[in-house]
Amino acid sequence: MSALPHIIRKEFQQIFRNKVMLPLMFVMPVVQLVVLSFAADFEFKNLNLSVVDQDKSTASRELISQFSSSGYFKTEYFFNSTQQALVEVEKGNTDLILVIPKDFEKDRKTAQPTDVQLLINAVNNQKAGIASNYAQQVINLFNQRNMQLAANSANLSAMPLQVSFSEGYWYNPTLNYKTFMVPGILAVLVTMLTAFLSSINIIREKELGTIEQLNVTPISKFEFIVGKQVPFFFIGMFILAIGLTLARIIFGIHIMGSPLLLFAYCAIYVVAILGLGMLVSTLTETQQQSMFVTWFFMVIFILLSGLFTPIDSIPNWAKAINLLNPMKYFVEVMRMVMLKGSGLSAIASHFGIMTVFALVFNALAVLSYRKTS
Amino acid sequence: MKTFLAFVKKEFFHILRDRRTLLILFGMPIAQILIFGFALNNEINNAGIVILNRAGDYESKQLISKFENSAYFNLQAPIFNEAQIEQAFQDNSAKVAIIIPPDFGESLQPHPQPFPSVEGSISSSPPTVGEVRRGQLRIIGDATDPNQAQTLVNYAKATVADFLKQKQNSSAELPITKAQPRMLFNPELKAVYQFVPGVMGLILLLVSAMMTSLTIAKEKELGTMELLLISPLKPFHIILGKVAPYWVLSFLNAVIIILLGVFVFGMPIKGSIPLLLLVTLIFSFASLALGIFISSKSNSQLVAMFLSMFALLLPTLLLSGFIFPIENMPLPLQVISNIVPARWFIELIKGIMIMGSPLSLMLKPFIVLCIITLFFTIAGIKGIKTRLS
Repeated sequence: MSALPHIIRKEFQQIFRNKVMLPLMFVMPVVQLVVLSFAADFEFKNLNLSVVDQDKSTASRELISQFSSSGYFKTEYFFNSTQQALVEVEKGNTDLILVIPKDFEKDRKTAQPTDVQLLINAVNNQKAGIASNYAQQVINLFNQRNMQLAANSANLSAMPLQVSFSEGYWYNPTLNYKTFMVPGILAVLVTMLTAFLSSINIIREKELGTIEQLNVTPISKFEFIVGKQVPFFFIGMFILAIGLTLARIIFGIHIMGSPLLLFAYCAIYVVAILGLGMLVSTLTETQQQSMFVTWFFMVIFILLSGLFTPIDSIPNWAKAINLLNPMKYFVEVMRMVMLKGSGLSAIASHFGIMTVFALVFNALAVLSYRKTS
Repeated sequence: MKTFLAFVKKEFFHILRDRRTLLILFGMPIAQILIFGFALNNEINNAGIVILNRAGDYESKQLISKFENSAYFNLQAPIFNEAQIEQAFQDNSAKVAIIIPPDFGESLQPHPQPFPSVEGSISSSPPTVGEVRRGQLRIIGDATDPNQAQTLVNYAKATVADFLKQKQNSSAELPITKAQPRMLFNPELKAVYQFVPGVMGLILLLVSAMMTSLTIAKEKELGTMELLLISPLKPFHIILGKVAPYWVLSFLNAVIIILLGVFVFGMPIKGSIPLLLLVTLIFSFASLALGIFISSKSNSQLVAMFLSMFALLLPTLLLSGFIFPIENMPLPLQVISNIVPARWFIELIKGIMIMGSPLSLMLKPFIVLCIITLFFTIAGIKGIKTRLS
């Protein structure tokens, strides 16, 4: 084992000597964490509403003002025909069109049910669902207000049944989206950095020919791999520490659970990712290939990690694949420990699975590395 | 011209000879679009729900069976105290909890109120569970994911409203206004319409940028760039010659992805196909030009790779409108998103394929994409050192 400290020192020196990469490695993740966390927000406010009012009555104006005072919609345009309004949808200026039919007021006065049409741009299915939901709520409110007015003068039996609600949002009472995103984005950045560094490392020495020199030195495969991993491990943990500090200072996110637990989990995780990177590095022939393969896995890991889209409703085969996605576990643990304050018992299975990943990936990396070609 | 063609031919051979890389180049995007097209989903259904029934009367049981039959919720075993809510949230078996008040049944009887409290009061944090006012139904969401929590609380409210509608026995004539929603362009609200264009943009941009930035950086690193520079070819031609084969490759890649989108995922092509191909050609070139630009700024493959992967992946994912709508972002980020080429490509693809818009309605994204392409091309070619050091 006496050679190990020397290899580690050599690797550290190599990293700190590269004056182009060094700042990139530390600045890029930090900048991305701070800037991009602001981009992730699903809260739709100010949906663009166009109105086609064919009735032009007091009742229709009342309905329109109910829409504009709801806080969900910006009433931007009034059109005389649906056709004109549809062009605005295609131009991207309108999210939904409210069409109030002729005789809207007359029908209401004679106590007939009335229909208003909502034309919703559904290219983005999520936004369309939310827009429809908001509009539905506004119309319900409009109905209730009018019924209330009617009921005050008429008999009680005409009163609609009602339940009053109170809502509570636990762990994130202000529904702040950044509290949810920052831990996840930090998890991705740590993963990308460590995976990138380790997957390129050996292949780079291979391509530049310097690996031959290492191969003729009297060190074992195990020492060789471990020696290469150690510096990257510390870089990964360092970025995590900076990220958590920034999360606290800039975004006001405190770790509800034990920070020690979080770091312990992250340590195992980084070892697993480094092992995976090394494995890719030993199995590919050029930096280009290694890079593409790493990128391929990274994109799959990120998009199926539950970071940006919910993964509870993905099909079962995808759930099965996702069991092999280390980032899924890491994102979950980050959120559970940081936001819910989960303890060791809640994430014990996560610990077990990640330990297996770490062992298997690194064992495979050591086994597949050949000193002789 | 003849020398140029010979050079392009040489580059083509160079790429086609590397079978393994070629396999990776075509295999990976196909695998990704298939996985994401089938798996990515932003619908929320089957969310775990726990109900604490303090009433136990007929009405409350009716309400619970309503939740049991809802496709949005997956009713868990009954719970008997509030601590069990916390527990269910901790082990992720539930995302929503409902507390039915003891006097639920009788609170349903109509009684005049000053004004209906539909909005409810939004209160917070675990310790304040107990305060249930008379007849007040409490809905609690696990807001670790705020978006999901809000959606689920809304679904729960809609389910209660449904229940009320059923209970409403009086057929009194009420002037009720109903909304008739019609979903334009995507009547079934398919998530694929949102994800396929996004994945297309992400894959094309990154694969193309990585390919070019790496080849040029490799020539620089190995010193073979200098050999090329002393050849009779102009520097401009060298760059063009290096990009040309990749342009063909990424265009082929794009066509394969579009075909998969149409035939596997049922995406329509409502607009003009030539326009779709033109936009794809321009975007592929923009991505390649971005790759040249990156390689001009980096002295080794390592740096080129780091920049084209690290600097492009997350920003493209987050600032292109692929997942998060640009109009929700704070203003500075909206401004930055203007220089993300994928943003305009995604907009154009959605316009052409899903909405069938003519070019005249999409002039802005089209022109901006052209400007970005031009900018990266010029900046990239200018940035490559054409003199020996």
